[in-house]
Amino acid sequence: MGAFMQIADYIVSPYIGYVYPNETVLPWGVLIVVYPYITGLVAGAFIVSSLYHTFHMQSFKPVARLALLSALAFLSFAPVALLSHLGHPERSVEAIWTAHWTSAFAAFAYVAGFYAILLVLEIWFAFRVDIVAMSQTSKGALQRLYRILTLGSTDVSENALAYDRQWTKVLAAVGIAAAFGLHGYVGFVFGSLKSREWWSSDLMPIIFILSAVVSGVAVLVLVYVVSSIVRKTTIDENCMAGLARVLWAFLLVTIVIETLEYVEMFYRRLEGIEMIKQLIAGPISTGIAIQALFSLLPFVVVTVLIVRKVGGKALIGWMSFSSVLLMSAVLAMRWNVVIGGQELSKTAKGVLTYIPGLWGREGVVWAVTVLCSSLVFLWVLARLLPPWERVQMSE
Amino acid sequence: MSETKLCKSQAGRRGFISLLGKMCATTAVCSGVGTVALQSLATAAASASAATSAKPEFPATGPVPEYDWTKHRWAFGVDSTRCIGCLRCVEACKVENKVPFNPQDFRTWVERYVYLEGEDKPRVDTQCDPVNVAAAESPQDYRFSNRYRDQKVTKSFFVPKLCNHCENPACVQVCPVGATYKTPDGVVLIDEKYCIGCRYCVQACPYGARYFNEETQTTDKCTWCYHRITKGLKPACVDVCPVQARVFGDLNDPQSDISLFIRSHQISVLKPWTGNGPHVFYNGIDGEVS
Repeated sequence: MGAFMQIADYIVSPYIGYVYPNETVLPWGVLIVVYPYITGLVAGAFIVSSLYHTFHMQSFKPVARLALLSALAFLSFAPVALLSHLGHPERSVEAIWTAHWTSAFAAFAYVAGFYAILLVLEIWFAFRVDIVAMSQTSKGALQRLYRILTLGSTDVSENALAYDRQWTKVLAAVGIAAAFGLHGYVGFVFGSLKSREWWSSDLMPIIFILSAVVSGVAVLVLVYVVSSIVRKTTIDENCMAGLARVLWAFLLVTIVIETLEYVEMFYRRLEGIEMIKQLIAGPISTGIAIQALFSLLPFVVVTVLIVRKVGGKALIGWMSFSSVLLMSAVLAMRWNVVIGGQELSKTAKGVLTYIPGLWGREGVVWAVTVLCSSLVFLWVLARLLPPWERVQMSE
Repeated sequence: MSETKLCKSQAGRRGFISLLGKMCATTAVCSGVGTVALQSLATAAASASAATSAKPEFPATGPVPEYDWTKHRWAFGVDSTRCIGCLRCVEACKVENKVPFNPQDFRTWVERYVYLEGEDKPRVDTQCDPVNVAAAESPQDYRFSNRYRDQKVTKSFFVPKLCNHCENPACVQVCPVGATYKTPDGVVLIDEKYCIGCRYCVQACPYGARYFNEETQTTDKCTWCYHRITKGLKPACVDVCPVQARVFGDLNDPQSDISLFIRSHQISVLKPWTGNGPHVFYNGIDGEVS
């Protein structure tokens, strides 16, 4: 065929070469790009929190509780993306009650549910003192809410606080495993499908975990900087330098592993490699360019920040700049994986071009709304449970 | 560098190395946990696969009353050397199974492989190729346009495609609710009242045999016309084929059409490397057919 063609009157993806007839409407659209993106943010934010709560790295103290709330906010909206995509969301509970255990998808509710319980428990222990204090200082409905949130546990003696810290530490440690497990699992959902050449890779779970941490740390940097600017408070330089180091370490490994993935693919030259070249040069060329450039440039910037021990406004500015680029790079990576995998035909003889709709359940507007809703929910959570400093007890 | 600065810098480096060490240790532990979890999933999948192969005891009464689904083992044959690309099978399937009349949803389709002089790779199209759609008289009508009329064709053949009703179906493995399942008579079905419409099965099928039905908001695919075969009839596509390019029958009967077809031809299956074990057997196709 040689040129892009579109069948008139139907919302189908134009294609070159030969694709199976049923492939011309991509089964998974932009919502399934958002789903792994959001779960990735959860994992990354949680890891930073655990560096403080489990490993007692004091530099992360200013963002430790903010990271917990961020993780909960994002985790709350990951299922929304998934449920919106289902043809029959009202039947989704069947995946819990009558889960078909050979399916990787069947585990989602359990994996995410376990993680949510863990996260809520850790948040409760980390904020318990504040909740008790606010149940005394606030008034009206808010006071009733905080009283309920104390769960009747109002003891704030040193013994009780030590008990809280111990629990937070243990939950954070288990949470690291859960965070890795959750996102490794998301990678497995794609990597385990032998039908899709672009997905079928043993490295997929590892790439998903690593990029998740990168995006999670990046979003935390931005949330911390923006919230500090809004609250007119000083940004802790030591904390920012620590975040730079975590970002640098995970970014380095991510770039290496992803590069290896591509090198291996082109070195092997398996059947269908010509179509893979067309995919990279065609439908996902912009995505690949964003992924590569917006990963490498921040890596250079963060390396310079660490090596030259840059501090002050320059550190904050460049870290914010790098974080914006990295969040875009990881979003592009999710697009390249989820959409790119489907744009490469199962025939190995054709390439499709996905054009997302703007409106409707599978449209870009709704996907952006889901993403933004998680940030709004984070704002609500931060108002309800201020993560900045301890609330003072009333006399 | 002053002593204080040196100490600070060393402490920073030590801290960072220590952090990296801790992160590596945590990653190792987590990977272990993840590996164990994934291994469990793989074991569960293997058990399910073994269970499928071992043919567990099914009740004699299936979804169709008065039909004993434990007494049959259906299979399908495609004789590519006979197919003339008339596409009556595609039309019959759409009507029989109420498949939406649009050019992207099909339970079955026909591929045309054409080798032109001087080209070593075939040109492939189906009835839903835009040029062929334009050549059809109406959306209910399918045909192959005579687009190679003025070119030198060295070899060409038609390949009807449909669900392969695999022995180890990847689609059944990935369904999170078990809405798609394999019957004891070897047919893969979908319970459309149970399907949640996640489309994971559409992704998992290496043959592109499944599509998402926008009307029902569930996945759909070929059932070998289960409503017909359980009444002793043949699938609609087999019935309408004017040249017997489509063959259907019971492998339990050595004199059935399919048993004779398999015995008398050099047959092959599509994408055997997937390990799915397709139950649609082809005669007369070459290695370019995927």
